[in-house]
Amino acid sequence: MTDVETTPKDPPTPPSEDKETGWKARITGVGEGMRRALLVPSLALLLALVVGAIIIMATDIDAWDRMNEAPLLAIGDMFEGVWRSYRALFRGAFGDVRAISETLFTATPLILAGLGVALGFRAGLFNIGARGQMFMGGLAALWVALHVDLPGVLLIPLAIVASIIGGGIWGGLTGYLRARTGAHEVITTIMFNLIAAQAILFALKTPVFQAEGQQQPQSEQIPEAARLGTLFGPSYRVNIGLIIALLAVAGIYWLLFKSTLGFEFRAAGFSPSASLYAGMNVAFLYTAVMFISGGLAGIAGAAMTLGLPPYVVFSNFAGNIGFDAISLALLGRSHPVGVLWAGLLFGALTAGGRVMQAAAGASVDLVIVMQALIVVFIAAPELVRKIFRLKRGDEEATMITQGWGA
Amino acid sequence: MALELKGITKQFPNVLANDDVSLSVEAGEIVALLGENGAGKTTLMNVLFGLYTPDEGEVLIDGDPLALGEPSAAIAAGVGMVHQHFMLVPVFTVAENVILGLEPLKGFDLIDRKAADQLVRDISDRYNLDVDPQSMVEDIPVGVQQRVEIIKVLVRDARYIIFDEPTAVLTPQEVEEFFRIIRGLKEDGKGVIFISHKLHEALEIADRIAVLRDGRTVGEADPRTATREQLAEMMVGRPVDLVVHKDEPRAGEVMLSVKDLVVLDDRGHRIVDGASFEVHSGEIVGVAGVQGNGQSELIDSITGIRPSISGSVQIAGEDVTEATPRDLHRMGCAHVPEDRQESGLILNFTVAENMVLTSYYDDPYSRAIQMDWDSVVGSAGRLVEEYDVRTSRVDVPVSDLSGGNQQKVIVAREFDRDLKLVIASQPTRGVDVGSIEHIHSRIVEERDKGVAVLVVSSELDEVMALSDRVLVMYKGKIVAEFDPKIATPKEIGLAMLGSGGGQ
Repeated sequence: MTDVETTPKDPPTPPSEDKETGWKARITGVGEGMRRALLVPSLALLLALVVGAIIIMATDIDAWDRMNEAPLLAIGDMFEGVWRSYRALFRGAFGDVRAISETLFTATPLILAGLGVALGFRAGLFNIGARGQMFMGGLAALWVALHVDLPGVLLIPLAIVASIIGGGIWGGLTGYLRARTGAHEVITTIMFNLIAAQAILFALKTPVFQAEGQQQPQSEQIPEAARLGTLFGPSYRVNIGLIIALLAVAGIYWLLFKSTLGFEFRAAGFSPSASLYAGMNVAFLYTAVMFISGGLAGIAGAAMTLGLPPYVVFSNFAGNIGFDAISLALLGRSHPVGVLWAGLLFGALTAGGRVMQAAAGASVDLVIVMQALIVVFIAAPELVRKIFRLKRGDEEATMITQGWGA
Repeated sequence: MALELKGITKQFPNVLANDDVSLSVEAGEIVALLGENGAGKTTLMNVLFGLYTPDEGEVLIDGDPLALGEPSAAIAAGVGMVHQHFMLVPVFTVAENVILGLEPLKGFDLIDRKAADQLVRDISDRYNLDVDPQSMVEDIPVGVQQRVEIIKVLVRDARYIIFDEPTAVLTPQEVEEFFRIIRGLKEDGKGVIFISHKLHEALEIADRIAVLRDGRTVGEADPRTATREQLAEMMVGRPVDLVVHKDEPRAGEVMLSVKDLVVLDDRGHRIVDGASFEVHSGEIVGVAGVQGNGQSELIDSITGIRPSISGSVQIAGEDVTEATPRDLHRMGCAHVPEDRQESGLILNFTVAENMVLTSYYDDPYSRAIQMDWDSVVGSAGRLVEEYDVRTSRVDVPVSDLSGGNQQKVIVAREFDRDLKLVIASQPTRGVDVGSIEHIHSRIVEERDKGVAVLVVSSELDEVMALSDRVLVMYKGKIVAEFDPKIATPKEIGLAMLGSGGGQ
């Protein structure tokens, strides 16, 4: 006897939620939900401030000396030290026009280089070469600035284009190597950083760039026409590099989410084999991504060679920006707008940190520690969730299910 | 002596994944758990193994309640699971894999390899598994790897063993062998739960069949009396046609012509070694063969993904040996790839984005270099409707969809235009019964419109049901041709193994 019981139960009504959700949600990675996108980064910042406070207190040597005699007073001093430091940090970042100018000025190359790294992430490439690409882009811009005689309206755009080409070729080469030979971009970009750093040292000692009568690798001063114009007047450093950075944010946003090339970049990033199946030219895509990524870093290099008073270029002009850019891309979840906010945050911390050191005596290294902590907390969202007892998002729950396959 | 799940209810934010589900297996019994993808089988097993805490219900093992929500509780209580995707370290030996996590030690920190080998040998002998403890896992066939997984479970003293879609990765011969093994386990008093959506296997092996649909137990069936049609109806909730209905083919002129094609695999071997055949418009040609005889590389080469080193491919008389995937797409060639998750879809992309994966660069989905997302979303909405893709919206990641619905996304994308040629590789692998019916009828529909269809499948049943002609591929060559209406599976099976001539 068959006991096939086919109870005609009501079919579950599918969630027929056909509301117009806006175009944002239709494309992968655009509408990640503002609240969710901001939640973990904000909490990470908060945690970093707390750990920073503990560090300030733990390194307050004067207060520790008095701990035995007057423990309460010493602890009070420690808290006061934290308050003073953080107040100075905030003032230095946002306190007045100069502070805001410094924040924006510091953020400019960070945003540009960060965008480059973020674009690479979207296409599945880990560009650690922003430093070298900044060098090459900056050097190309410097050459135009020193050797082309044009009015500023033409000279600066030309220098920027040169920086894009310089950084772009330096990045594109590594992309090409990856596509054609499989040489991993992590390795090649690191090596290209070293080559670029030495190339700068060499170039700045040749008569093409070196200031006359100088022994050190140091350039001629850049003619006024080639200097990036300041936005708030000559005594504030923020300059049109910021405008270029904002345009780049908008441009990369369009590229990634509105253009066919961006569709291909993102496809190649998630699945090279599916991109190949779909008829995309993955080798071209890798080269193009690294070219654009390097070009953005190249503009960051130009911002440092053409925009930094006293307009004399030294061999270390890229500073640590090329590596901070990686942190920024992570912090901004590889989203152009996210990178913009992350760049402003790092700019504010750095600008504020300088004032904090001068006014409150807390070392500027503290800011670096805090930046590092923010990135660590971002990279370990599970940790932040545990600390704040947040619930997992829905998507994590489904990820476990997938592993079972049934 | 039984493993019992009673009244399990698990609510997720949007889905009631398990609604008062009960399932039991006695010692010495084989129970098949049937259900489509998304019916709640996975959730139920995740509850059993402590990955989810159910909202209601309890699990009893030999009468003792199991602590819920604790990942190792079930294993400690004697329940083991053999996953569909094996969890083996390829560069370790069989014995090393088996003892991973419970290494027998001697002296300080030395692993007692002899003891490990002996352990594996004992179990292998006892259950007739024929596994050599010292072979590298990467060197042994999939069927033997599965037996290593079984040994792993047995070493941990499991009395109840759950197999998750165990036959999905096996060849027909290996399936026979596998059934012999689980019958041996049953005789030894183990309780076996066999999770599947293959009806004939459930009927063949199980003592009892439980069917799950939409998170509920819809019933049990007795495999001695139940028919496939009854089971399919229980699983899907409506009568399902298990036979492919098609009229006589009206084959026209030659559409696809492959001559002496030679293709190298990744290691440089001639994996396709002079294959020649033709497919006419208006007919379905199936390629059968044991996996690894060059079918995948043959398809990759015809579709422009893998270069050939000699020979030629023509479509409608035009030479396309060197054509790119995009050239072929533009000529009206649809390609349903073998591995939908690896190459057919971008899992992180939305349904809408996947719907245009092979046509995004052209009107109407983009203008010059700018995507027209409104047009993409509009067209995706229409295709979802037309091809019965079950998804609430087109802007969810395609990974949220069940395997069958993912496959329907590919079919919709590839079929929704004027075609000359359809190339479908494993078109229904890992696809539920309801969707198989749908995909097959779409393929037949295209054939009736005069499209040439080439189907490659490792399921001989599917090839025979769908095709008008069956070609057998063996060691890189087409070695035989059969008329599926006349030939028996046994004849074709022999040709797949390299003996027997065909017609």
